[in-house]
Amino acid sequence: MSHFVLPFEKPILELEAKLHELQSVSQDQDLDVSSEVTRMEKKIAQMRKKVYGNLTAWQKVQMARHPLRPYTRDYISRICTRFTELHGDRIYRDDRAIIGGFAEIDGMRVMLIGTQKGRDTKTNLECNFGCPYPEGYRKALRLMKLADKYRMPIVSLIDTPGAYPGIQSEERHVAEAIAVNLREAFTLGVPMVVVITGEGGSGGALGIGVGNKVLVLENAYYSVITPEGCAAILWKDRAYSDKAAEALKLTAQDLKKAGITDGIVPEPMGGAHNDYEIMAATLKEHIVEQLKALSDMDPDALRSQRYDKFRAIGAFAEGKTPPPASEALADRLKRTPPAERPKPTEPDADQEIQIEQPELEEPYMGYPVTARAATEEGAPSEEKKSDSKKK
Amino acid sequence: MPDGLWLKCPACGEIVFKNDLEQNLGICPNCSFHFQISREERLASLIDEGTFEEWDAVLHSVDRLGFKGVDSYESKLKQNVDKTGHYDAVTSGKGRIGPHTVGIGVMDFKFLGASMGSVVGEKITRLIERSTEEKLPVVICCASGGARMYEGMLSLMQMAKTSAALARHAAAGLAYIPVLTHPTTAGVMASFATLGDVILAEPGALIGFAGPRVIKETTQSELPEGFQRSEFLLDHGLIDCVVPRDQLKEQLIHLLDFLAAPAAS
Repeated sequence: MSHFVLPFEKPILELEAKLHELQSVSQDQDLDVSSEVTRMEKKIAQMRKKVYGNLTAWQKVQMARHPLRPYTRDYISRICTRFTELHGDRIYRDDRAIIGGFAEIDGMRVMLIGTQKGRDTKTNLECNFGCPYPEGYRKALRLMKLADKYRMPIVSLIDTPGAYPGIQSEERHVAEAIAVNLREAFTLGVPMVVVITGEGGSGGALGIGVGNKVLVLENAYYSVITPEGCAAILWKDRAYSDKAAEALKLTAQDLKKAGITDGIVPEPMGGAHNDYEIMAATLKEHIVEQLKALSDMDPDALRSQRYDKFRAIGAFAEGKTPPPASEALADRLKRTPPAERPKPTEPDADQEIQIEQPELEEPYMGYPVTARAATEEGAPSEEKKSDSKKK
Repeated sequence: MPDGLWLKCPACGEIVFKNDLEQNLGICPNCSFHFQISREERLASLIDEGTFEEWDAVLHSVDRLGFKGVDSYESKLKQNVDKTGHYDAVTSGKGRIGPHTVGIGVMDFKFLGASMGSVVGEKITRLIERSTEEKLPVVICCASGGARMYEGMLSLMQMAKTSAALARHAAAGLAYIPVLTHPTTAGVMASFATLGDVILAEPGALIGFAGPRVIKETTQSELPEGFQRSEFLLDHGLIDCVVPRDQLKEQLIHLLDFLAAPAAS
């Protein structure tokens, strides 16, 4: 595997290069530099600890997006003793951005679903960079209901930038696919354990993310909007993504502290991609622990626990005084509409005319557009330019 | 509706007398373009006189994240409370629509783009839960730019919370009708706005998950004419009816006659 170095990893790499140089020099000239090597190794270890122990929110986002990060299939092959993949939403097609099937983990039979990213151009086109279309969510729902029917716990592994923002995605109603998944997830009578393993991209993640327990990997993130999207809206400049990442409180640690998620799954030093085996083993341990803890609950208890868990999330204050407009509102609703309309008069030429257009802010579902290929099939290219001024 | 005596209709360019527009429920008398209307105007247009009882008016937002953007969340909230006289983007309660008593929610785009934070999520959830208890159908006039960034993941989770409440409301055999108004998008669209037994939309409303600009940038392709507008959604089978505002009350009564028929005497 070739090295892919994140900017903040450079000091470590420089030290490693020096060490390497030292070792090769000593070999060539037959010198004993063992004490120097030990010293260097210690320094490197310290540096690693310093860098990886103090990652900023924005650096964690980069770790979560690391191109070598293990994806769902990497985990499946390491934590499942058996896996039979099931395909398709039975309506339109098989979305490869969400995969799923029967899996055996530590002797337990579960339904495993998860988002899937690609490693190269070919696999990325196949699974659309891990951005599901509506049919992905519909496939996931089909599998979740199947699991419910056969009383199988559900494990969901999530690493997606978000649901795909495309023309066909809208035409096949991605909003409905996600909304229905949210509602139906609350009717399932089996345990559901969710793990955010990389990117928890907003509604696209939540669409398969309503679990009895929700865990987040140490360097994964889960956010209502990408830092880039947030920076573009609030700072009008994507260069402020680091500030946005900080403000959004999107790290595993922040989410746990806020009571939004239930636990953190530790990663090997330097991130999940540094040791697939250790990462998979730790993940398996956490999943098994959660499944065992939930295994005694009956279907109603599981449904109630899930409801109460999400019902409790929110931060607001409840005062005593109603807002200023409340009284006016009550008055307004008592008022009888005037029987006769005032006659409109023509505007004078010199009278100032106030023109106010309904203002539309771009919806907040931000999305990093850089380096994402357009994979929209049959997107109309010769369509007449849409009238963007018409609102 | 905007202040000032006169307005230029953004669709047909006609100069419209503001009073006239108000009398006409915010519909351009010349071309039927639907202007956005306030929650007061919306409630007055739907709910029978003297029957509205507001719920949870005292809930207001707090800056749990200590969000620091260019502006702080706190200052944004203050500006919007001052502007609208309301604590947040939704007003909820109970009232009569003709022969039917309903739980009703109205979202107001003027308040921070009617984005859904904890208060919107909580008020919508309480509206649905209380309606379930009181065995009432629910009508929600939706409008939203999406989840409220300033509240981070707290806001995203409101999607799950409101959908959960709707699962129980549906299980109780009660009717829910969302009315999608301009614009209804993103997090609200991917939760309670889409989970109706019957889904209505006002003419020409922008309705979708991702914003048109984001889609254009991502796919690098031109968007089809009328993309993500009510009529486009109707053609694609995503909503039940497009209903002009002046027929909305009548239409709701008709639907509720079928979905929430008062017990036969």
